[in-house]
Amino acid sequence: MDSFGSDFSSNSSSGKMDTGTIMEQVKVQIAVANAQELLQRMTDKCFKKCIGKPGSTLDNSEQKCIAMCMDRYMDAWNTVSRAYNSRLQRERARI
Amino acid sequence: MADFSSSFDMPSAGSSENAEAAELQRLIAVEQQKAQFQAQVHNFTDVCWDKCMDKPSSKLDSRTETCLVSCVERFIDTTLTITNRFTQMVQKGAH
Repeated sequence: MDSFGSDFSSNSSSGKMDTGTIMEQVKVQIAVANAQELLQRMTDKCFKKCIGKPGSTLDNSEQKCIAMCMDRYMDAWNTVSRAYNSRLQRERARI
Repeated sequence: MADFSSSFDMPSAGSSENAEAAELQRLIAVEQQKAQFQAQVHNFTDVCWDKCMDKPSSKLDSRTETCLVSCVERFIDTTLTITNRFTQMVQKGAH
């Protein structure tokens, strides 16, 4: 990807970014947005599951529940990702 | 440069920028598709978590895992069913 980008940048005017640099930034921004989405939804679900009547602090059991919930949410996310990917491949094979 | 542009029938001015822009567009389209996939996984996980998860435990048991996979499949089936039936309804002139 680096050599690919620099081949083009040798002809581009100064001040323009090369393809490689732009794509790196695009990927980073998408990854950041994805992580934010994950955390927002995870927080919503785990708050609902783990915190009953909100007290003055998060007690030990609530902390443990949150930690487990996070792990389970990511497990679930991965399972869903694999299932969706399988389905897409199956649908593509039918075309 | 002139030979290159005339053989590909592109405008002679800035043909290397055209190629660079086209390549960038293609790479961004690929990342966009990946991002759309991720967004769908977030949606499915959100819905299927509510359907399938009971109390957060130390591991994702096979019953829950099966439920998540089925959930994704049935959700997609539901989407297709609704799309198809709605199309029929519109074609028949229903309001």
